[in-house]
Order: sequence, then structure tokens, then C-alpha cells
Amino acid sequence: MESLKAIWSAVLDSLRDLLPIILVISFFQFAVLQQPIPNLGEIVIGVVFVVIGLTLFVQGLNMSLFPIGESMAYSFASKGSLFWLLCFAFALGFGTTIAEPALIAVAREAAIIAANGGMIENSTPSMASYALGLRITVAVSVGIAIMIGVFRIIMGWPIQYLIVIGYTGVVIMTVFAPPEIIGIAYDSGGVTTSTITVPLVTALGVGLASSIKGRNPMVDGFGLIAFASLTPMVFVMGYGMVV
Amino acid sequence: MLHIFTDLLLAIASTVWDVLPIVIIIFGFQRLVLGKPVANRRKIIIGFVLVVLGLGFFLEGLEAALFPLGRLMAYQLTDPVFIAGDDVGRVLEWWDYQWVYLFAFAIGFATTIAEPSLLAVAIKANQVSAGSIGTWGLRIAVAIGVAIGIALGVFRIITGTPLYWYIISGYVFVLIQTMFAPRMIIALAYDSGGVTTSTVTVPLVAALGLGLAGTVPGRNPLLDGFGLIAFASLFPIMSVLAYAQLSEWQARRCNKKST
Repeated sequence: MESLKAIWSAVLDSLRDLLPIILVISFFQFAVLQQPIPNLGEIVIGVVFVVIGLTLFVQGLNMSLFPIGESMAYSFASKGSLFWLLCFAFALGFGTTIAEPALIAVAREAAIIAANGGMIENSTPSMASYALGLRITVAVSVGIAIMIGVFRIIMGWPIQYLIVIGYTGVVIMTVFAPPEIIGIAYDSGGVTTSTITVPLVTALGVGLASSIKGRNPMVDGFGLIAFASLTPMVFVMGYGMVV
Repeated sequence: MLHIFTDLLLAIASTVWDVLPIVIIIFGFQRLVLGKPVANRRKIIIGFVLVVLGLGFFLEGLEAALFPLGRLMAYQLTDPVFIAGDDVGRVLEWWDYQWVYLFAFAIGFATTIAEPSLLAVAIKANQVSAGSIGTWGLRIAVAIGVAIGIALGVFRIITGTPLYWYIISGYVFVLIQTMFAPRMIIALAYDSGGVTTSTVTVPLVAALGLGLAGTVPGRNPLLDGFGLIAFASLFPIMSVLAYAQLSEWQARRCNKKST
């Protein structure tokens, strides 16, 4: 009985999270565009799916992604090996980004733009290799970002100094990068961090900051995602200049 | 109707594929480097299964219900025939697009509230701050930032002004805000920029950008369609910093009153 109640309240939470989208889409459909909703049956099933999905995800988050991120942070901190911790940080950033579907889509678009702009040969193999190169570039940059972020937590540096350096890098690269690549580069910062990576990396950072003496999880624990969205911009513009 | 269920299986399978590298890295490091088995293994495996199933249902549900409608809407709203109204054929100015701005604002806000990664960060921030950062406060602050960012990004596409003007002046503004913001919020605010643009927001916003860049005369969808995501990741930083500054200011005023 207790658990049924808990499930029901979790479902209600998910419904509430979804309510704004349903309201916005209905308002524009009925009031602005003044059209009926097509395939109502499918849409109702879809909404039910989204609610089930969000509920399961939040449950799973608290059971797996959060605890595993934190327990690994504690294990690395007690092991005391900076080298392996940084290796893990890089692997996590690289491994979660290279297969990211949003990134694959962006890389494909970028190859089309590069081919149209005459930066590369307009043929399928050269476009495929351009897209793959871009994906590897972004994945390496996210790996480096998580690594720097973890290092910052250990050293306790204020995040804003590193962010200022990063922003300065973005501004300088913008001046020199080919104009076609700038929009993609700026967007690539946003697409790299997936729904599974974010909770895991956040828990890792918070866990590290709470297991190291003198670090405050609130001040030092966050910020890994910020690096992961900053470095791809610099690296993608660099890639656009080199290739 | 049946295809929704086969698509659901496909969505779950592709989520498994996405999770695989993460699982290999975690269990590999746990075994080979840390040299001990994962604590609570049963619970963690069940949790992973729930995450994969949850994301599969979530993505397929969005794909079946909200994305087709939202995408269609983005194209219909940016259609010059709709925007010009009765007066077809006249030259459109940037202020003719009021429904597009409103849609950009509303959809930016609504998709951010439903974004699972933001929810995860908000839950964590709430735990870490011992409840002083409310999950709803943070999510609404981020959602307002995304809404303003996307509306401004749409304005940029319509007027055709260069992207980097906005982004660079946005950075400068963020840096100035950072100097005055409470220290504990800074890292979280920077994080919220990257977190917002994920499974729900990106597909709808990309459709809006490409739709606009394809219909506004003189815009090239390949060049001008990009950049909305960048706006959506920059503006939440400002709104979260502002939210922290406002709550600090309010707390100080209350303190003054009570003493």
C-alpha cells in the first residue's frame, strides 16, 4: 500500500513536469493555428509513455547513477591515485560523448556545410571522414574537460578563473575560425552532455568534493558539466581551422 | 498504432547501446583499477535497467506524440503565409513574427521543465544544499533563461545579425554577474547552461531554427539555422545567477527587518 502510494505520487510528479509542454502545444494548436489534433490516439499513448519513462528514469537515477558516481568518487579518493582518477575522468568524458546520437547528427550537418563551403571535397568518403574527425575531436575535448574539472575539484581552484580562460579561448578562436563553423561550434557545446552522463558526472563531482577535506560540495562539486560544454566550442573551431 | 510498440523496443535497444560504453567504463575501472566489486550490485543493476527502460519510454513517447506536432507547429508558425496573414505578399519586418517569439519563449520554458538531466541536477543540488536550493526554484530559473535565450535567438535569425555579437556580449555579462553573485551558486549556474539542452529541447528548438532559416528571405538554413542551442545554454547561466542574487538580496532585506 505504501509503495503504491509512492509510485502514484512519482507519476503525478512526472505529469506535472510534462504539463507545460502539453499546455503550450495545445494553446498553439487550437488558439493560434486553429487546427484539430491529428492522430489523437497515438498522441495519448505517447504522452503515457513519456510519463512512464520519466517516472522510471527518476527512480533508476536514485538507485544507480547517483550512488555509483558517488561511490566511485569515494573509492578513488581513498585509493589516492590521481593518475587513475584522471584516466577515469577522461574515459568517462570520451566514452559517453563518442556515441552520443545528438553529436552524430550535428557532425553530419557540419560535414554538409563544410562540403558546400568548399572546405572539403564534396564526396561521400571525405564527408564521412570529416564527420568522424569532428566527433573524435568533440569526444577528446569532453574527456579533457572532465579531466580538468576533476583536477580543479582536487585543487580547490575557483571555477570562474578557468571559465574566464575558456571564454577568452572561445572569443579568440571565433576571430580566426572560418565563419561557416562558428554556429556549429557554439551549438556543439550544448549537445555533448547526455541524460545519462549528466547525473553520473554530477554525482562524481559532488562525491569527490565531499570526500576531500576542505572542499565544499556546493562550491566545488558542481562545474564538471560547465567544462564539458565549453571545451567543445574551442576544439570544434580549431578543427575547422586545421581541416 | 502497433508501430509505436515496435518503435518502443527499438528506442530501448538504442538506449542500451548508448549506455553500454558507460557501463563498460564503470565496471572496468571498478574491477581493474579499484579492484573491488561494486557495492549493492543488485540494486545498481536494477537501477540501470530502470534508467534504460525509462529513457526508452521517454524518447519513444516524445517521438510518437510531441515531436511531430511540435515540429509541424514550428514550420507552420514560420510559414510566411501564416505570418503575413490577410496581407499576402508584403515585405515582412521583424516585428511581424510575434507568434514565433511567443512560441519560442513558451516552448523553451516548457521543454526545459520536462528535461530529465536538469531534474537530476536539481535533485542533487537540493540534497547538497540541504534544501536551501529548491528543485522548482532552480528549474524555473533555468527555464526562464532558456525561454529568453530562444526568443532572442529567434530574433537573431529573423534579423540576420551575427551570432558571435550576442554570445560574446553574453559572456561579458555573465562574467560581470559572477563578480557579484554568491560564491556557492557559481559552479551550479555554469552547469545549468550545459544541462538544459538535451533530449527534449534540442529536437524542437532545432526544428524551429531550421524552419525559420528556411523561410525568412536571405537566410541560409545551413548557416543561420544553428546557434539556438548556444543561446539556450548561455542564458540560463544569467538567470540562475540572477535568481541567486535576488534570493540573497531578499534574505538580507528580511534580516534587516527582523533585527
